[in-house]
Amino acid sequence: MSANGDTPKVELRGVKKRFGAKVVLDGLDLTIPHGQSIVVIGGSGTGKSVMIKCVLGILRPEEGQIFVDGEEVTRLRGRARDAYLRKFGMLFQGAALFDSLPVWENVAFGLIQGRGVPRMQARDIAIEKLAKVGLGSDVAMLSPAELSGGMQKRVGLARAIAADPDIIFFDEPTTGLDPIMADVINDLIVSTVKDLGVTTLSITHDMVSARKIADRIAMLYKGKIIWNGPTAEIDHSGNPYVDQFIHGSAVGPIQMEVRA
Amino acid sequence: MNPFATIGRVVLRFFEEAGRLSIFGAASVTGVVRPPVYWWLIAQQMMRIGFYSLPVVGLTAFFTGGVLALQIYNGASRYGAESFVPVVVLVGITRELGPVIAGLMVAGRVAAAIAAEIGTMRVTEQIDALTTLSTNPIKYLVVPRLVAAVICMPILVAIADSIGVFGGYVASVESLAFNGSVYMNNTMNNVTWDDVSSGLIKSAVFGFIIALLGCYNGFNSKGGAQGVGNATTNAVVTSSILILAANYLLTNLLFNK
Repeated sequence: MSANGDTPKVELRGVKKRFGAKVVLDGLDLTIPHGQSIVVIGGSGTGKSVMIKCVLGILRPEEGQIFVDGEEVTRLRGRARDAYLRKFGMLFQGAALFDSLPVWENVAFGLIQGRGVPRMQARDIAIEKLAKVGLGSDVAMLSPAELSGGMQKRVGLARAIAADPDIIFFDEPTTGLDPIMADVINDLIVSTVKDLGVTTLSITHDMVSARKIADRIAMLYKGKIIWNGPTAEIDHSGNPYVDQFIHGSAVGPIQMEVRA
Repeated sequence: MNPFATIGRVVLRFFEEAGRLSIFGAASVTGVVRPPVYWWLIAQQMMRIGFYSLPVVGLTAFFTGGVLALQIYNGASRYGAESFVPVVVLVGITRELGPVIAGLMVAGRVAAAIAAEIGTMRVTEQIDALTTLSTNPIKYLVVPRLVAAVICMPILVAIADSIGVFGGYVASVESLAFNGSVYMNNTMNNVTWDDVSSGLIKSAVFGFIIALLGCYNGFNSKGGAQGVGNATTNAVVTSSILILAANYLLTNLLFNK
């Protein structure tokens, strides 16, 4: 298969993953078309993070296949995996900045270590990417611990876009931020995605964020995608699970496992 | 509860851990010989593991040497064999106490620090972030610490040997009325390469154990602050036990040299 417009950018087919006796992903199918922003919603502990980690090869699924640009990547290891991971940028939930390095080296890390860009050149790129997320060059020399949560998320976003990836994953981009900073981050995500023309996959339980950044929304429940459609249709999905989730009601078909 | 089931579970758990540790160790060792090599990180770790351990190791070696002289004098004087004190201190420090004391002190200092640092990186997803930035976490985090520890421990122990013998000298001259020049002569005439080298070989192995157990426990820590705390404790306890076990095996192996 070639990487033409018809080939989905990322495709998961029947992915199953369990930890011990606990089945987390139970035959998950998801297609992410080229250049689209997909948001996967779902409650806490439904396996959203596990799904992303399977695509990135951090976790290995027991069954199923994962394709990136039509090429199977499910069982790649070592250098082959490092090579395909260059297509990805990832914004982690807690930003996951390296606290031993200054901000600019965090942003430039993938360039210096992964691609062998000279440090001075990588530093210039880092400062340029920081400007894209609204941070001045004075922030570049600070340590990540000196930044607020919102600024850390921005640095994380700058690091995710530093190496001009084709695909960016956002893991709970607005969790732990106040509503205004959450909106700033959402705007940043939308504008960077438009600028770069990338494909994105986000996972969140924040419906405001999901509506803002998604072209399509998919809902993950009990290890499967139970609904998948354009963002505009989410209010008329006709799916009781989706309705319960987007209205945030404790009453409905989804019973919280309070005692997990 | 069925006692056999409990014993079985413990045994299985032990072999599972041993297997995981072996796989982790093998991946780390192959990481040493494969590019890229992070020279700067190795230098940084040598500073943290080696240089900053000097005060701790030096002080413990000094007092251990002094105590050794006093206690050997106590025993030897019963047979009028006081003149053996310098030789026994020398052999005891270089073959045994230098490497073991330094190993245990560095285990407490370095294995704990490594486990806490890497464990925190694990629970804050920094290790996953390394992977997504096309950087192998084993090569970036484990290999520099492993190489630095294996290089630094013999150097630390060589210094600890000298300071330990000096501690014995000070105790003998100050408290036991030995003649300083006679003590020194007696010591220098009895220094053999076999005594010193067997201690240095041991210490390199101890360095490997310390860094590997620190990294392994850090990598496998789970679930927040408590998980990192457990990883740190496990790193110190398991590396200390393994150092003492390896010490016995290596002493057996190097005994006749």
